[in-house]
This record gives sequence, C-alpha cells and structure tokens, in this order.
Amino acid sequence: MSFLLTCPNCGVREVTDFGFGGEVSKRPTERPASLRELGDHTYFRRNAAGLQREWWVHRSGCRAWFLAERDTRTNDVRWTALPGDAPAAGAGEAVAS
Amino acid sequence: VRRLAPRPGERIDRGSPLTFTFDGEPVQALAGDTIASALLASGRHVLSRSFKYHRPRGELCGCGQCANSLVQIGDRPSVRACATPVQAGMAVEHQNAWPSLERDVLALAGRAGGPFMQVGFYYKTFIRPRRLWPVYERVLRRAAGLGKLPRTQDEREWRTEYRRRHCDVLVIGGGIAGLSAALAAAQRGADVVLADDDVEPGGFALADGGHERARALAERCRAAGVELLTGGSALGYFDGLVPVWQGDTLHQVRARRHVAATGSIEQPLVFPDNDLPGVMLASGARRLAALYALAPGESAVVATVGDAGLEAALALHEAGVRVAAVADLRAGAAERPAAARLAQHGIRLLPETTVVRATGRRGVEGAVLARVGADGVALPGTAEELACDLLAVSGGSVPASSLLLQAGARAAYDAACGRFVPGELPEGVHAAGAVAGCDDAEQAELSGTIAGADAALALGFGEGEGELPEQRARLEAWPASPLATPPAHARDARTHGKAFVDLDEDVTVKDVEQAVEEGYDSIELSKRYTTATMGPSQGRFSQLPAVRVVAAKTGLSLDAVGLTTARPPWSTVPMGALAGRPFEAAKRSAIHDRHRQLGATVKWAGDWRRAYDYGDPTAEALAVQNAAGLIDVSTLGKLIVRGPDAGELLDRLYPNAMSTIAPGRIRYGVLLSDAGRITDDGTVCRLDDESFYVTTTSSGAAAVEQWFSWWLADWDLDARLTDVTQGVAAVNLAGPHAREILARATDLDVSNEAFGYLDAKHAQVAGIDCLLLRIGFVGEVGYEIHCASAHGRALWDALLAAGAELGVRPFGLEPQRVLRLQKQHILVGQDTDSESTPWNAALPWIVKLDKPQQFIGRWALEHLREREPATHLVGFRVPGGQVPTEGAVVLDRPGGRPAGQVTSARRAPKLRESIGMAVVPPALAAEDARITISDAGATFEAVVTTKPFYDPEGLVLRS
Repeated sequence: MSFLLTCPNCGVREVTDFGFGGEVSKRPTERPASLRELGDHTYFRRNAAGLQREWWVHRSGCRAWFLAERDTRTNDVRWTALPGDAPAAGAGEAVAS
Repeated sequence: VRRLAPRPGERIDRGSPLTFTFDGEPVQALAGDTIASALLASGRHVLSRSFKYHRPRGELCGCGQCANSLVQIGDRPSVRACATPVQAGMAVEHQNAWPSLERDVLALAGRAGGPFMQVGFYYKTFIRPRRLWPVYERVLRRAAGLGKLPRTQDEREWRTEYRRRHCDVLVIGGGIAGLSAALAAAQRGADVVLADDDVEPGGFALADGGHERARALAERCRAAGVELLTGGSALGYFDGLVPVWQGDTLHQVRARRHVAATGSIEQPLVFPDNDLPGVMLASGARRLAALYALAPGESAVVATVGDAGLEAALALHEAGVRVAAVADLRAGAAERPAAARLAQHGIRLLPETTVVRATGRRGVEGAVLARVGADGVALPGTAEELACDLLAVSGGSVPASSLLLQAGARAAYDAACGRFVPGELPEGVHAAGAVAGCDDAEQAELSGTIAGADAALALGFGEGEGELPEQRARLEAWPASPLATPPAHARDARTHGKAFVDLDEDVTVKDVEQAVEEGYDSIELSKRYTTATMGPSQGRFSQLPAVRVVAAKTGLSLDAVGLTTARPPWSTVPMGALAGRPFEAAKRSAIHDRHRQLGATVKWAGDWRRAYDYGDPTAEALAVQNAAGLIDVSTLGKLIVRGPDAGELLDRLYPNAMSTIAPGRIRYGVLLSDAGRITDDGTVCRLDDESFYVTTTSSGAAAVEQWFSWWLADWDLDARLTDVTQGVAAVNLAGPHAREILARATDLDVSNEAFGYLDAKHAQVAGIDCLLLRIGFVGEVGYEIHCASAHGRALWDALLAAGAELGVRPFGLEPQRVLRLQKQHILVGQDTDSESTPWNAALPWIVKLDKPQQFIGRWALEHLREREPATHLVGFRVPGGQVPTEGAVVLDRPGGRPAGQVTSARRAPKLRESIGMAVVPPALAAEDARITISDAGATFEAVVTTKPFYDPEGLVLRS
C-alpha cells in the first residue's frame, strides 16, 4: 500500500506518516439489546470495496484526527477534512450494522 | 584481453593509474575502470565460480546484470564487478571458490556427474534423517553460497538516508529514449526526475558510437532542470512509488506520470558449454571495447539471430579483433544492410547457421558452427569448428519490462519479433525506447520525445505545443528489424557438455527437461523446482531460454507457457539499504544520567531506558518500607485536558466520575474499550474548574493521547488536549520518612491534615515549581512530584540530599513491582489481558453506572454484569515459599486440568513470604481458597486472598 494523503493541517504527505482509524461507522444511540448485537457493532465492519469514509490521524505530524473519503480499490483519495469541515455524509458513509 | 589504443568516448582516464588488490594481489587499473574491466585488462579471465558446479565464469554482459561478476569487497558480498567503478586500495575478493578461484576443489563434484547435483538433488537427498539437517545445512551453505556476510551487527550496520521526492514525471532509464523523454517533459514545464543505474546516462549509445549524442542530450536535460539520479537503480514499482537506490541514499520517488525507458536485455544462446569464459554477449563485448578500450579477444566468432550481432562483428573488427566468422540464424541474413559492410571488410557471414558447441577447457578455444533442424540438432555434414578466444553471442533481446509488469502491464508473446512485449500500459505509465520495441537510436529518440510530451500533456503542461503528428507518423512507419527464433537447445551430435539455461543458478537444459518429466510442467512449478530465473539476475538472461525449453518439452506454444513474474527488487540491493534508520528514538528521562552514575541496571521498558534496580532490589524495597525511597517516574504519560467540557470528556472516557472531582483532588481510573476491556490506567487530578492533569501508564502514553484526541475530534467538545509527557519529569518519594524529607525541601504544610491522601498541591520544592500528587502506588505514604524536565535532575538531587540522613535510597522498577504487588495494585498488560474488565479484574468499585454519560464500554459492562465472569483476578500466598514463574498454570484441583494462570509473583522481603496474583475460575476466587500451581514440572499449593497483602485497610497510606 502506498499513496499520498493530504493532512488538513500540514498538507500532502506519504501515507506512512499517518495512522489509520478505520471506516466511519455510526455509533448506536441506544444500548444494543444483546451482547451479540453490541459485538457486531464493536467488531464487524462493512469493509466496502469502493468509496469509504474513514478516520486518519497524522501520527508523525500534527497528531490531528481527520476524515477522508477513499476508494479502497484504487487508494484514490477524494477529499480529506477535519471533522467539522467534512462534506455531509454521502455514499461512502458506513451505516450502523 | 588487452588494452587498445585510446578510443573516442572511452570512460577510462589513462593519466590516472591506480592500484587495488584482488585476493590480496595488487592489480593495476585506470580511473574509470570497473573492477571487472581492470581484472580483464590484467589478464584475468575468470571472475567467479558458479553457484552449484563451481565452474569458472568470466565476463558476460559487461553492465552489471548477471551473476558472473559478483565479488566481495570487504564486508560487502555480491558486489557487481562489471558495474562498480574501481577505487584505489579497494580489497576485492572472489566468491564461492575454495581454496582459490583458479583451483576450486568443489568443481570436481560438478565434473563427476552421475547422480550428483541433478535437479531436486537437495530436496531428495538431505531430507532424511530429519535431525541431521543442521549438519547438512552447515556443509551446504559453505558449498553453495554467494559471498560472506559480516558476522556482527556492528559490521552489518548500513546507514541509508531516506529521501522523499515528489515530481511530475519520473523517467526510469537514461538511454537515448529516457533522456529524450525527460527533455521533452521538462521543456514543457514538468518537474522531471530521471534515474539511471550506470555511472553516467546514455545507456547503450555510450557503447555503440552514440556517446556524443547521448552526452549532449544529458547536458540539455540538466539545462532544462531535469534531476538526474545517476548510479541509481529503480528497485520496483509500488502503487506509483518507485524506490531508487543510489549509494547511501534511498530516494522514494513518487511521480504523477512514469516513463519506463528501461531498455532491453540481450539474450544468450543455449548450446553445450555456453558458460565458458570467453563466451560473451555481443553487447557486453562491445561495451568492453568502447568504454574501457579493451580488446575482448584476439580472434572472435559471432553467433546471432538479428542485426545486433552483425553490428557487433563490425565494431569488434573496427577495434582490431580478428572476426573469424559471423553465424546468423536468419535465412535472409545476407540481404541485411550490415551484411554488405561485413563483406567490405572481408568478414565471413554464414546465414542459417548457429553455434552448436563451444570448445576449450578453462576458456573458449573454438566454436562449432552448424545448420540445425527444428530440434536444434546440427544437420549432418554442416558442422565446422573455428578457433577463437571470444565467442560473442546475440540471441535476440527481451524488453526490460519488469517495472511495467509490476505497474500492471501484461506481457504477450509477439511472434513477429520473437519475444514477449508489454501489452496495454496501465494509466499514467508510458514506455519508450527498446522496452517498447524501439531498438534503433533514432527510433528510440522519437519514441522518447513522444512519451515525454504525452506525460507532460496529461498533466496539463505544454498544451498547444502540438501532438507531434509528424514524429508519430515516422515512428509508426519504422521498419521492423527481423529476428530468427533460436532453438531451445542447439547442439551437435556429441552428448557431453552442459548447456546452461540459467548461469546464476547453474540450471541446465537437462534439469528443466527433467523437471517437466517429473511433473513440474508449468513454468511456475519448474521455476521453483529448478530455481531457474531465481538467481541474482532475476531471470534477465534465463527467462526466455527456460520458457523455450518448457515449451519444446511440453509441445505448448511460448504464449501458452507464459512468463513468470519478476518481483521487486529489480536490482540486487542490500537489506540495510531498505531498512534505513529506525524512526523511533530511544527515550531517556531528564534524570537518566543520575541513574547511570548511581550504578543502575538499565533496561528497555517500551521505548524508554529505565533503571531496573540499583544493584540490590531487595534492599531497595526494604528501604522504601523502613525509611524512604525515591524513584524516577518521568516515563508516565502526562496529559493536560483543559476547557469548559474537559470534565464531560473525561466522564465519557472513564467508567468512574471525573467531573465530580474537587479541584486539588485526585482519582484513580481505568480506560476501557467499547467491549469493556481494560486498556490503560492512571490518575486524574483536577487542577482547577476547567483543567485536569491525567497520567497514563508509561507504555500506553502515546495510545492514550491518540485515543483521547480521536474522541475529542469525533464528539466536538470544547476541550483541548496537551501531551506533556516529554516535557515533565516526575519522581515518587515514598516511605515512612517521605513526609519529613519533603518538609525539609519545601515550605508547604505537608502535615496529613493539610496535605492528605489523594490531595494535589502546587508548591516549590527545592526552589523548583512542582505539582505534588499524594498517591500510593507502592503502598507507603508517597508524593509524586512533577516539574519541568529541565529541573528534573535538580529535584532528584535535592530530595536525595534532604533525605540522606533519614536513609532515603533510590529504587528502581523491580522493587517497585514488589511493593505494588503487596498492595495488589494491578499492572495493565501484566495482570490484565484482552479479556479483562473491571468486573473480573477486581475493580468493580470503579464503575459508576449511576452517572448519566454513555461512557466508552458502558454497554458492554452492563451486559457483562449479568453473567458470571469466566475468571477472576485474585491474590495468593505460597505457604511453601516457592515463587512461581509468571505465566505458570493454575490447576482446577490437585492433579487436575489447567484453569488459570499466574500473572505476577515475587518474594516480598518485608512480609517474608511469597506472594502473587493469578486469574482463577470463580469457584477458586474466594478468600482462603486453595489453588494448585503447576510450574515447570513442580506442583505446589497456594492460598487465595482478595485483600492486599500489606496494609489491607489502607491505614498506612492515609496516615
């Protein structure tokens, strides 16, 4: 895996500068009814083959967390943004499982 | 081989002679020589011994691509002698021959023949008995190795700098095509990097009379701003990232477009004894003559399947080598333009003829030429033996397409030109020059210019400068140069002599045929079984010959047999060059020097160098309990959380309530995952209404900071996080005399009434601004004192001085572990694992389910509370005094089954007993329950307790 990411604070950097936080998934607002349902939320991911909204942290830089939309098949990064500046959730947003 | 009179374009400097040694003997060379050219000039024909049969091997490619010229230079094994410039005083040694290059006893094994050394020999022979493998291995490694690795880490140390370079266009290969591409792109405004692995750009033009043109092009590239990485090998293509290894620097070049101008690789011919020193690629012979002014022989025979051999014959003749004959496999050889020039010089041309055997013992003494049938066997009555000391062969060429294939191009067999060519190119990748089938210099320049212009245009440079229609039309119309397909195995009627398919790995035609017979009939299988193409030259000279043999043996077409993938690295590269420097620096506290001076045993603790003890951990533990001790705890993670929502943030992250802490008070907390598992622990101190000072474990500091900042980003709370771990030093002063010692160093009222347990105070200690936290990790009255790192040493010195007459003593990590165990204070990661929750790790009191926040892990804890945990964490005493190993097994009953394990165990010196903690099944988790510990064969009983071993009521701590 090798591509570039644009840190909203620092600019374009190699992906090895960053830590991956996984896909964005909606947290349940209420307690899931069973431990199994909670486990699904905690451990299972959509793992989309395609556009995905995800978390990244600029580990070797400003240490800020930000959002990115990336095509997991091509590593083509559509945009990166701090959480407050991110576009409204679209096709890439994971839904609660 | 002898040195010629000065030649135009030669690379050597005749005015600068120098001396180096080869196997200890002095060798004369000229500046600009490679190691190989200097050795050849000195009359040495044998450069190495082959990998398996230890056969003598000489110069082959003349450009550092084959394994024949691998030598050892000092500590560095497998240096490519024909591409490495020689330096004065260099100590060069041969590889893989014993006792010497000239007399190698292991060569006898190869000559003995019979069952020895056939394909699969190792697999079949050394498998039984299994236990003898270590012995076999030691012998085999000695027999079949490529050079000697340095033995110690210090000798192996290899410093490589990483450099990241982002550019618009990366051109790989600096021949005429690459230079033209770089120039065209740079002239249109693109930022261009060109990587070429030779000591100067120019490629084969430097050897075929085009040196002036190449050097002029390189000059124009420099003037246009192209960054030329000469002596830089492009190692592979990784999603657009191309590492270029250039001496001590590894350039990680990331370009938006790539132009592969990697050239082509001339192929050898396969015939008996085709590995004799003196059998050389035609291009290799030309390089020696043109660049190093060497006559590669006195009398030459050339065998070719295309125009390259005819040109080579002319070049050798021009260099003063007598060319006895040129055997050209093509029927129409006599009609080629170069044929007329051969005739002018009186050079004999034999059409439809190829070489079927080399003769000679230690080097070429003759070549047998013949017409051959479809099976490669000489037709009766056509064979003719000619004396020669140079046999220049040209078996066509294959595009050096590895990088293109790694980028996603597919190779297809082109029957018209008799070779595999890269098909459709992936997005963003262009090809130019010989790799794209443009062998001629004019043609290469055209294709390079077009590729460079296309790359620039795709990036928006040079719009309106035309699409070069005229050049495209000329390139399209370029006549193809016909090639004949050589037989898989040309040979005469005689049966002796090895015909090599792969010189690196000593794989013969017979080996590949035998592999097919044994069922390894796909190219991928026969490659792995015979190791053909798996040597240092990565199949450059052996892939096509191996495919031909498999095709001939199986009756499949070349296209059906297909190619194997040459994976990165494309050029041999030391592992150290890839490893680079470690990025994680060792961390030392501000007080570290003092620990050294005090004779501390320093060990790694995560990234930190920590004082494990000061020579006597038992005495240190007793000192803390009987007088006072001082420990450096600067390694703790330290975070400041500040803002109106700081309390809310902490309430959502910790299972207990942090927003209710009064300013100046401290609370212990654990951090949980969504699954309710314990991930870290530490203390939270409220400094004022909006500020909290959070400590974490030493090893968890970075992860906790990342965890906090992640949730802060997600929740959008009005709070800020500052990591002060490195900027703040901290010591823990603990013991019965700790209060008295502290009183001597500060004006603060340190009485128990004014400064009670879990209080926090700002004060000056020894004139240094400090934050004092009264906590009790080690179980005695204790003060954790934090100050700016710059003052850490002064604070340490002042406290040791203040407590000298009261018996204060520095203590390390090991005594601290004993003392905390007496209190059953857990160590996260030692006494907990990925299944530990507050419910089963003896911390249920910390969870406050009555607070409103949906803190991380709450839902899991609520669900888990309703079921009995599988295990509990408890303390135990061993009446027999044994100290079990950490990790020892707890049995469910004497002689029973494993049901738990010991997490911590120590001898407690003051209590004079053996204590520990263990995870045990619920049935055994009751006070005074008997458990059985099985440890390395010994079995003994222990008694469970859930209360601290020392000061169970906490009276000492609060006094």
